This record gives sequence, structure tokens and C-alpha cells, in this order.
Amino acid sequence: MSLVQLTVNGTRQQVDVPPMKRLLDVLREDLALTGSKEGCGEGECGACAVLLDGVLVNSCLVPALQVNGSRLCTIEGVSTEGRLHPIQQCFLECGGAQCGICTPGMILATQHLLDKYPHPTMEQIQEGLAGNLCRCTGYMRIFEAVQEAAKVA
Amino acid sequence: MGYTPQSGTGLLGSSPLRKEGRDKVLGASRYIDDQSLPGMWHGATVRSAIARGRIRSISYDPAVDWAQYAIVTAADIPGENTIVHLTRDHPCLARATVNHPEEPIVLLAHPDKTALLAGVRGVRIDYDPLPGVFTIEESEAAVAANDTERIIWEGSDAGGTANCFKQYCMYSGDAAETEAGLEAAFDTADFIVEGEYATGAQEQLYIENNGVIAECFRKPSGGIESVCVRGSMQCPFYLVHALTLVFDLPEDKCRVIQVETGGAFGGKEDFPSVIGSHAALLAMKCGHPVKMTYDRAEDMAATTKRHPSRTRHRTAVSKEGRLLGGTVDFAIDGGAYATLSPVVLSRGTIHAPGPYKWPHLRVRAKAMATNLPPHGAFRGFGAPQSLFGLERHMDKIARTIGLSPEELRRRNFLGTGDCTATGQPLNEPVDMQHLLTRALHEAGYHEKLARFTVENKTSSIKRGVGFASFMHGTGFTGSGERRLNSLVHLDLLPEGRPQILVSSTEFGQGTNTILCQVAAQTLQLPYDEITIARPDTSVVPNSGPTVASRTAMIVGKLIERASQQMLATLRAHAALPEAHTADDFHAAGLRYLAKHGTLRESVRYEPPTKIYWDDDLYRGDAYPGYAWAVYVAEVAVDMNTYMATCTRFDALQEVGKVMHPVLAKGQIEGGVAQGIGYALYEKCMWKEGRMMNNQMTNYIMPTSADLPPIHVHFEEVPSIHGPGGAKGIGELPMDGPAPAILNAIENATGVAFNTIPLLPEDIFERFTSLGHPHGGSEDLDVTVDRDTRTEAVEVTA
Ligand code: FES
Ligand code: FES
Repeated sequence: MSLVQLTVNGTRQQVDVPPMKRLLDVLREDLALTGSKEGCGEGECGACAVLLDGVLVNSCLVPALQVNGSRLCTIEGVSTEGRLHPIQQCFLECGGAQCGICTPGMILATQHLLDKYPHPTMEQIQEGLAGNLCRCTGYMRIFEAVQEAAKVA
Repeated sequence: MGYTPQSGTGLLGSSPLRKEGRDKVLGASRYIDDQSLPGMWHGATVRSAIARGRIRSISYDPAVDWAQYAIVTAADIPGENTIVHLTRDHPCLARATVNHPEEPIVLLAHPDKTALLAGVRGVRIDYDPLPGVFTIEESEAAVAANDTERIIWEGSDAGGTANCFKQYCMYSGDAAETEAGLEAAFDTADFIVEGEYATGAQEQLYIENNGVIAECFRKPSGGIESVCVRGSMQCPFYLVHALTLVFDLPEDKCRVIQVETGGAFGGKEDFPSVIGSHAALLAMKCGHPVKMTYDRAEDMAATTKRHPSRTRHRTAVSKEGRLLGGTVDFAIDGGAYATLSPVVLSRGTIHAPGPYKWPHLRVRAKAMATNLPPHGAFRGFGAPQSLFGLERHMDKIARTIGLSPEELRRRNFLGTGDCTATGQPLNEPVDMQHLLTRALHEAGYHEKLARFTVENKTSSIKRGVGFASFMHGTGFTGSGERRLNSLVHLDLLPEGRPQILVSSTEFGQGTNTILCQVAAQTLQLPYDEITIARPDTSVVPNSGPTVASRTAMIVGKLIERASQQMLATLRAHAALPEAHTADDFHAAGLRYLAKHGTLRESVRYEPPTKIYWDDDLYRGDAYPGYAWAVYVAEVAVDMNTYMATCTRFDALQEVGKVMHPVLAKGQIEGGVAQGIGYALYEKCMWKEGRMMNNQMTNYIMPTSADLPPIHVHFEEVPSIHGPGGAKGIGELPMDGPAPAILNAIENATGVAFNTIPLLPEDIFERFTSLGHPHGGSEDLDVTVDRDTRTEAVEVTA
């Protein structure tokens, strides 16, 4: 077991876990943050995506040991006191979430994308979200949500 | 964009926020894997390593401390060892024989999830292998040769013959008259055009894998009192039915709760009966709640997929381009057990004639057994398969007789008042001519056709356009809705607000939202006033399964009627004024509740009096309504990489009243994306019945970077059968993309590809075999269709 210290959504946390435990499981099991989902467990679907020190990572591929001392943002940290972040509001209004299982990862990928390109082109959106699979929407409503969010933000 | 809460009239057709959408964007929705129960254990499945054989022995590695595990085999099943759909051929756990790879044999549970892998590895199963059949052709050959070694399925309590789960023979009229008509048509036709078309298996690939949590409750005497399963699923009452048999319990002792479900597409229609029964057996054995969730590899290897298919067409055509007669032989690969194959086959059969007039038509259809895991429901349910064959064949006919694909279809479209091939008169307006005109216009089809022909001559990127015209029936086939006999409740909650109770489930399509819209519009209340109860079979009535594009039209209509009843009750007994505000409604509701205690409006399905279906002759009104569509695809084929890409897609459909434009668009776009995947990306690789690429790394679905702009267009012609004129749209978008894309690829390259999925390696192989490794369209031989191995023949010229 290893003691891992990290800041999650602004709160300092400390967990005692096997060093190779997946960050995804640390979040879901040790910290009860179940917003990050497992779709594949092999870095393909992005349902488990979180922002690790501002970088979009698939938490199913990150061992706990590696996040010691890091700052982490998960879907639970995107809204403030129950108020939707503009990205979340746009996903809701544009129909960017259908079954919702890809949505947490998709929203974090969008946040990352808009940090990098506040006014992204369609190509930048398509490339920026290409690591996040959605089987429901065909992505068109998601693209619209991202474009709307870029206008609001 | 922007959302203004609306009330009453005008709500249907507006786009209020998805009911459960806020929780979804917050990441606060609780899917099954986000839940746990006190003392919960975890379950796993030990599966067959071979495709077919006898189980000689099951042994347990002494190095594992088995006292820590609960172990379940077929011998532990208290009721019948069957997962019942239509037949009892499908065992819950294999006992003496296995019939497909990954067939479940032993179940294990352990308090610690991480201990399960060692347990699964510690169970050793020895087999005496038997020969298997792995394709439709091998299965047919075994029957033809009467090769008893390879008869892998003998028939069942519900019919079927050796290696064949179900057969249909559908005629466009009286059987003898149609046969005579066909003979005359083939004798006198100017052209006879033949073709063979094939489609592959497709994985639903919902992003949330199958998962459940089960509990088993004991009587003081120790006997089983009841079971309860919650999980990711489409049809809670299907699982209730399965549990009653496996546990030999009455229905009210088998409780099923659907929790937030992360995509389904048919893949969670019948399969939850398997995983749900398994988890409940483990809960019975260990005395704890048991969670079973599959990982991606297990979900892909062991659960259902879309049926592979083969369609053979033989068509008599006049030189003016009239269809004079046709025969269609349609076969699907059902896998090892019947499961839903007879129903999938039925929908494929009924959709095989497409939106065309056939003076004489015979469709022969069969579902064959193979030693693959059973194939099951997937959006479209047989129709995408037979429509792929038909819409490719229509382009072939056009090319053979020298008409444009557009003109050929125009000369044969069904219209208002015509009869479909099952003899159903189309009483509601149908205007395929207009749909085709508009779809081609929206897509810029004619301009592109001309431009690409010129540009392709000098480019190594060949571009093309193609389209497909088709329809999809709403609701259960024939007498299906009559048999389902669906029931809905509308309750008035203590605070005077209405709540919908149905077993119809939300898994992304928008069930919660549209049913609340229907109630709000009818009750003349704001949308936010209406809630919908979680589908828990101990609380909600059986409003039928959430399949077959039936929820909006059939269940929606029941909600509309229940709402009308509630208004009438409150007007008659609680002085609700004719034109009321939400406050008037609450006040009247509270007055009523004060006097009577509760208010529940229950409405049961009433079959339209004019709908008639004959199951034996397979004739009559196949569906209460149809959605009609023309889809246009634009493609680019790179002759250096052999990559075919869809570069633009236009989807025009007539779906009755569009209830929620944002959700409707999302449904169509999502279906089109799956259809593009079906055509160009998603290939299941099989070896001896086992899926070899059961990972997201090597089974490729389209990403955001792969898809073209998808333009969705609607025509609204209200239907009398649906609430506010709506029809079903869920499955429709799956039918059109694959044939439209392959038609466009033929337009681009001059080569007819008639098998999907079509990946670069397939295109490469075809061009190399044609002897034109870098061939341009101008020097490709277009008259010989090598893919189908049959050639069009001109009978008289
Ligand atoms: S679960 Fe991590 S990428 Fe799919
Ligand atoms: S909304 Fe279902 S996977 Fe994206």
C-alpha cells in the first residue's frame, strides 16, 4: 500500500491504496466520486477522462502512485454549488447528452479543448473530442454544444 | 437555441430540457456500477472455451480456497434451466453440452472483486469437442447433406427444424396465384436481374457494459421468498418473466428495477435476462446481494450482436423499369439458440419489399443456427439487413436496364391508397416522390453527380453520391400490440401533481421527456409539473417492452388517453374549470384527493378496429404506421489507401409529428452514425465462433473525427395512431445509411460492392482481383458484377 496525496476538485485528499491501483478506481471506490465512468478500461473510450494538472487523461490508465501531489478535476468539480457550468448548460440545451454515460468525459474534454482554443474550428472540435467515444449522439449535438459553450464562455 | 418553459398546446413540437438531463451533465446520474448494497459480493462467469462439445468434467484447482467463494452450476437452479424468450432451448447455465464459445457454465461470487480472476482461472472444464458450423452456408450444407454430426439444433418446444429456428414464406397475394404470376412475369420480362448481398454482425457497443445487482430473500423456513434485480436494461418485464422460470416463483415475487442505463440499442433487450438470472442465482447461493458487471472484453465476446445476413434477389423488370415480379431469399445467422431470431427474421421479411409496388412477390426467409453466441436485437431488428439487399439491388436493376437509380425508384414507389406487399392498404398519406425530390435537392445530388463524373477522371480520389429509399414500421408486428395488451397509469401525487407510471425505459432516446411532454400538453400543464416514476415492476404496470420504435406512438398514445381521462375526472368531480392554470389544477387535484384519497387513471391498449393481421398467411396490416425516408450519402474513395469515407450525409424522413426536434435530430444523427459504422468501420472477426477483436482497440466505431456533417430534415404528416400525430423514429435511421453509402461508392468507383462492412482491405482486395490495383473508374468493367457472382441477364431486348 502507498499513501497518495492529491487535490481533487479543490479539496486535499489522502488515500492509502496499492500503488498500481487505477486512478479511476481510486476516484470511484476510495473517494466515492462515481461521475467518472469505465467504458473500456484500456484507454480507448474516454468515459473515464479527468483533468490531471490541467491535462486530459484517461484515468483507467493512470496508476495511483503517479498522481501523488497532483491537482485533479473530475466532473464533480465542474459545476459550482449545484450551478451548471456553461459547458454543462449547453450540453443540456443542445441535446449533447443522451444516455449520459460518455457525458462526464466529454464535458471534461470540452473544457480542456476550450482552454486550449477558446474559439475552436470544427476540425479542432472534431480532433479535440476524438478520444471520447459516444455511441448515442453521432456527435452532432455535442459539436453544437461545444460551439455554443465557446460563445458563452 | 434557448429554452422557454412551455405549457399545454405547442409543447409537442418544442424542445424542453431532457427530464434527467441535469443529473447527466453533472455526472450525478447513478448507473448500476455506481451503486452498491450493504454486504454486497461480486460475481463472475466461467465460460466455454470451445464452440461445441460435451462437458466431460468440471474440476476446481485445490490451490484456490474455495470456501471463500459461492459456486453455482446448472444443478443449483431451483426452477427451470432456461432463459426464456420465445422458446426454452436456451439454458441459463450449460449442463451437459456447450453450443457456442463463451457459453456460461459456472458462476462464482466473492466478497472481493479482485479475487474473482483467480477463481475463474481455477475452474477447469474438460470437453469432448464436437464439430461446429459457423456460417449460414455451413449450417445449410449440414441440413442438405443430412450430416447429423453437424445438426447443431434439432427444433424446440416452439417449432423450428434441424438447424433452422424459423422460416417464413410471405406472398404478395394468394400463394398459388402469386406463384403463377411470378412464373408469367419471369417468362415475359424484358430483364431478369439477380443479386446477392451480405451484411456482417455488428456490436451494439453501448458505452456502459451490461451490469446488474441482485438480491435473494428467504422465508423463515429457508425457502426462497423472492428475488430482486436492479440493472441496466430496456425491458424489466422480460427479466421478470425469465426469473419466474429460473426460480419457479410467481411474478409478484420477482421484482426488477431499471436504473439509469448507459445506452442499449437492443443490446439490453433480451440479454439482461441472462446476466440478471445469473446474479440472482449467486445471491441465492451466497446469501448476499451480488453485483455482476461485465468488462468490455467479456461484454463484446459473450453478449448479443446484430444478425449477419444474406439476401438473394431475382427480379423481373420491364424495359420501362417496372418491377413485374420478384423473389427474395433472406437468411440470417441466429447463433446457437433461438432467442429473438424468429422476431428479427419477421421484421426483416416484412421490410424486404421496401417502399415499392410489387405485382407479384415471394419472400422466403429463414433463421439458421450456428455455433456463435446467440445474435439478438439491435436497432432496426432485421430491417437494416433486408433493406441493404433491396436498396443495393435497386441500383443494380437501374444500371442493368439503363435507367437512373432515381427514375427506377420513381416508377415503382408505393403511394397513398396502394397496398404493401403484405396487402396493407396505405390509408395515411405517403409521398415518396416528394421525399425523393426534396432529399436529392437538400443533398445537392444532381449537381454533385455531374461534377464528380468530371473531376473523378483526373483525380485519385473518386467521389460519388448515392441514396436509399425505405420505410420502417412502428410498434410490434401484426397482432403483437394486441397480445402485449399494454397498460399505463397516471397518478395524482399527494401534492396534486401528475406522475406517469410505465415500464417504458429511458436509455438515452428520450422516453422520459417525450412521455412527460405528451402528458403536459394534454393536461395543459407546464412540462416541469409532470414526473415519471422509475421503472420498478413492483410499482409500474406493464406497458410493454421498450423496443420496436413503439414507445412514442403506442405508449405515448396511452399516456395521452390517460391524461384526457384525468382531466375529465377532475372536471366532473373536482370542479376543474375548462380553461385552467397550473394552480387551478393543483387545487382541483387536492380537492379530489381530500374526498377520494387517491387518483389513478389506468389505460389499456385498444387495438384499432381496422387493423387485421393473419399470422399463418403472413398477410394483413403489418404495422399500425410507417415512417418513410430517403437518405443520401456522399463518399470519397482514396485509390491510394483504399479508404472509403462518407463526406456528407443527408437524412430526410417523414415521421409524423416531430415531438421534440432536438431529441429527434439526436436520434437520427446517432442512428446514422451507427449506420456509417455498420457500412464502413465495424467488422467482427470470427474464429471458430469466437469474436477475436472483442476490444474497442480493434473493433472500430466512428469517432468524432470520422463522421461527416449529418444533415437531418423532417417532413411532418401527422398520423392518427400516435399522440399529437407522432410516429416512431428510433430504428429508422439505422436502415438507410449502409445501402446509400455503398450505392455512392459504386457511383464513385464504378464497382459494385455488395457486402458490408466494407473496409479498406476489402476494397483493396477487390481492386487487385479486378487487375486494376490503381484503377480509375473509367477502365473498370462495370457490367460484370463479380461481388455477387451472378450476372444480370437480358432476356429479350
Ligand atoms: S475506461 Fe478509460 S478510456 Fe475507456
Ligand atoms: S450519450 Fe450515450 S454514449 Fe454518449
